[in-house]
Amino acid sequence: MINASLSELSAALAAGRISSVELSTLFLDRIAALNPAINAFITVDHERTLAEARAADARRAAGDGGPLTGIPIAQKDIFVADGWLTTCGSKMLANFVGPYDAHVIAQFKRAGSVTLGKTNMDEFAMGSSNETSFFGPVRNPWNPGRVPGGSSGGSAACVAARMAPAATGTDTGGSIRQPAALCGLTGLKPTYGVVSRYGMIAFASSLDQAGPMARSAEDCALLLNAMAGFDARDSTSLDRPVEDYTRDLARPLVGLRIGLPREFFGPGMADDVRTAVEAALEQYRKLGARTVDISLPNSGLSVPAYYVIAPAECSSNLSRFDGVRYGYRAPEYGDLTDMYCKSRAQGFGAEVKRRILIGTYVLSHGYYDAYYLQAQKIRRLIAQDFVTAFADCDVIMGPTSPSVAFAHGARIADPVQMYLSDIYTISTNLAGLPGMSIPCGFGADEKSGNMPVGLQIIGNYFGEARMLGVAHQYQLATDWHSRMPAGFA
Amino acid sequence: MALVDNWEVVIGLETHAQLATKSKIFSGASTAFGAAPNTQACAVDIALPGVLPVLNGKAVECAIRFGLAVGALIAPRSIFARKNYFYPDLPKAYQISQYELPVVQGGSLTIRVGQGEDLSEKTVRLTRAHLEEDAGKSLHEDFHGKTGIDLNRAGTPLLEIVTEPDMRSSDEAVAYARALHALVRWIDICDGNMQEGSFRCDANVSVRRRGESKLGTRREIKNLNSFRFMQQAIDFEVRWQIERIEDGGTIEQATVLFDPDSGETRAMRSKEDAHDYRYFPDPDLLPLDIAPAWIERVKGEMPELPGAMKARFERDYGLSAYDATTLTGSLEIARYFEAMLAAAGRTAAKTCANWVMGDLAARLNREDKDISESPVSAAQLGGLIARIADGTISNSIARKVFDALWNGEGESADQIIEAEGLKQISDSGAIEKIIDEVLAANARSVEEFRAGKEKAFNALVGQAMKATKGKANPQQVGELLRKKLGA
Repeated sequence: MINASLSELSAALAAGRISSVELSTLFLDRIAALNPAINAFITVDHERTLAEARAADARRAAGDGGPLTGIPIAQKDIFVADGWLTTCGSKMLANFVGPYDAHVIAQFKRAGSVTLGKTNMDEFAMGSSNETSFFGPVRNPWNPGRVPGGSSGGSAACVAARMAPAATGTDTGGSIRQPAALCGLTGLKPTYGVVSRYGMIAFASSLDQAGPMARSAEDCALLLNAMAGFDARDSTSLDRPVEDYTRDLARPLVGLRIGLPREFFGPGMADDVRTAVEAALEQYRKLGARTVDISLPNSGLSVPAYYVIAPAECSSNLSRFDGVRYGYRAPEYGDLTDMYCKSRAQGFGAEVKRRILIGTYVLSHGYYDAYYLQAQKIRRLIAQDFVTAFADCDVIMGPTSPSVAFAHGARIADPVQMYLSDIYTISTNLAGLPGMSIPCGFGADEKSGNMPVGLQIIGNYFGEARMLGVAHQYQLATDWHSRMPAGFA
Repeated sequence: MALVDNWEVVIGLETHAQLATKSKIFSGASTAFGAAPNTQACAVDIALPGVLPVLNGKAVECAIRFGLAVGALIAPRSIFARKNYFYPDLPKAYQISQYELPVVQGGSLTIRVGQGEDLSEKTVRLTRAHLEEDAGKSLHEDFHGKTGIDLNRAGTPLLEIVTEPDMRSSDEAVAYARALHALVRWIDICDGNMQEGSFRCDANVSVRRRGESKLGTRREIKNLNSFRFMQQAIDFEVRWQIERIEDGGTIEQATVLFDPDSGETRAMRSKEDAHDYRYFPDPDLLPLDIAPAWIERVKGEMPELPGAMKARFERDYGLSAYDATTLTGSLEIARYFEAMLAAAGRTAAKTCANWVMGDLAARLNREDKDISESPVSAAQLGGLIARIADGTISNSIARKVFDALWNGEGESADQIIEAEGLKQISDSGAIEKIIDEVLAANARSVEEFRAGKEKAFNALVGQAMKATKGKANPQQVGELLRKKLGA
């Protein structure tokens, strides 16, 4: 059961072979047994989960079930959930109980799925290793000495360890795709605006996008069906006709044009990653696709542009955490300014402070034009690169991450090295394009051991259904996605 | 004020007009004034984690109305920006405002300054008007050393209207503020309630020696919430600045507050402590695109504007420019006047105008009432004017009837005239009879008149009027009297 796909679980629930309460209990028991070693969850609440499971069973019994009714899903702790502790991985919100449901949470509730718990994450989604969480680092189930990636590291690790059938993530610069790659999962960041950001605690508003993390493209399609949709409460939510993201799963790959940006295959990529990615491309050719050389000439500017825009937005977005109305307030302080300073100094971790400082600096009088405006211009150039590239191809492929999962502590002291973990993923966020990562092999050299490698698939705007089909066809022909880390059977 | 002749005063105003929308600019919470603290603040207003703003289209329509009324450009695309600063009553620690691209650009407002012979018109240019949200309130009393926060006002829509530095005296500044106040109420985008803070002004004041082309350093007087305070504050500030410069000092850019008790302005913060607000476009909101069709629709819903109404009053009712301007000073006055005309008839327009600007205005002023609170309705006053116009009563009787109406002693002028028997006596037989009695009783005056004393004639008229209790037509009495005296 722990290896069953979502449609298999759905069928089992529909046939009455298992109840949601039984299924939820199964995963809660696994969490109880395995989470202490992995630290993928910040909050687990048996009673709430089982209450939701009972309600799901009742819905099924009343003939009111949908494909996800009764299926337990782990929610990244960035989504505000009514009655659930919602910490965003920070001491600042360690005491914050959600008073309402985020759009994503509400959509899953409507679908009848069950909240299995709130997953660990880098503090306020700032990080690529899940080492910045106030609740401690998450361990990679493939090797507990390695990071799971970030910021959605808890979601990735819990699915990889079969503590949850599926999870949600959010992706600002690669936070779904990079941990998916490092933990051997399938993860999708949709086109900006496809999933409402209402109730998703903002990191960088113009880049943040929620998406599914699961073991297969087919599971991701089912999850995205629940998550997507117009929401008037988010002004950047796109009012488009409802889509069935499973519709292209069976579509053959013959004639598919895969763009290979030469900038993604340069010297920055580790050899084991290169070997796995090239093998995957060969597999695609076998399946009838052809590869086309393309160029994204400005992609080298994506990391610097991102590390101006994202901190700028976060410096403003995180200003509301001031100790006045909710969240952490320093126990002792003098005047108002002292209360602000102490509460924020004590409530935020080092990486969050670093980004707030960078963001405050680039927006300051006299620096705005040189940094923020310049970065916005680069952002437009990067988006234009993709428009040009998609004239010659249907999807773009390359590595998700330049290396497999690295060791805990390896990069945390060197922010620039850490930021380069997202060098292949950031440009899609800047352009607002959909991107996904699928498992395509394992790092084979001695240094990296047996760690998963992710293949990144970038689609054109609203190309999610096609991308999922492209991924699914590959997953029909390969079994990387169904491998399981040793010791978690 | 008496200005020191060598100095020129330069004033620009920034006005925050609270827009009369039912809900807030970025949330669905109510904007009603006076509710218990924090009962009208929803998740968005208190800036819970994860919440997002959604622009209220009604606030945009208010901005469009204003832009149309002042002949400004309604920007086809404007941008909401975040103004970042920490304060406990600013829940997000940024205010959503408009910075580089405001929704209303340019425009102007014509003001009238001075009175009588010195009356002149002046055009004040507007720089811009932009949409933004209000902050909450910090309550520093009643909390025993702590500060209370009320977020009911947080997110209330404001239109900030900024002028060029075109005003040259406190009189001009107040005239502009009054004209703007009348206009925003006229086009129904702001209730103009200054006590409740719906309309508040900041004045940027500087002085320079006459002939100097460079502007002096300005100081900004914040939060002027009455026209009287505005005048006092500017006058004090101007004197203070001139004295300081004449004493060899310099003016430093600063934000000052006016203390109505002392009548003085006091520096609140200097340029050195000025915030760096780190404005940048709000990524949670799309650019505000206003299509021409939207502007056309709003145009179709606009009331007749004061300028157009003034021209119509001159053209259709034959009123002087002065009368027409005064009567269009506010929509309430204009509506009252037109409702009066409906009852009194168009030909009585001048009499109606005189009454609105004269007796009615004086009485309202004496009792500190607004025309909307007048105990005498437009229909009642129009009915009274109709009786003057048709000769039923004289002007002096009309004043008595007006008093009676004011005191609620009757439903209409006609009813009071009837009940009190105030109808003018125009039957010449009846008047002649009274004159005969007056002549008989005042033989001495008659003699004096015949001896050439014109004064004695007036005394006789007075006696006749007295005998009719003022109900006779004085002109008719005079004519008949002369006939009787053979003069």
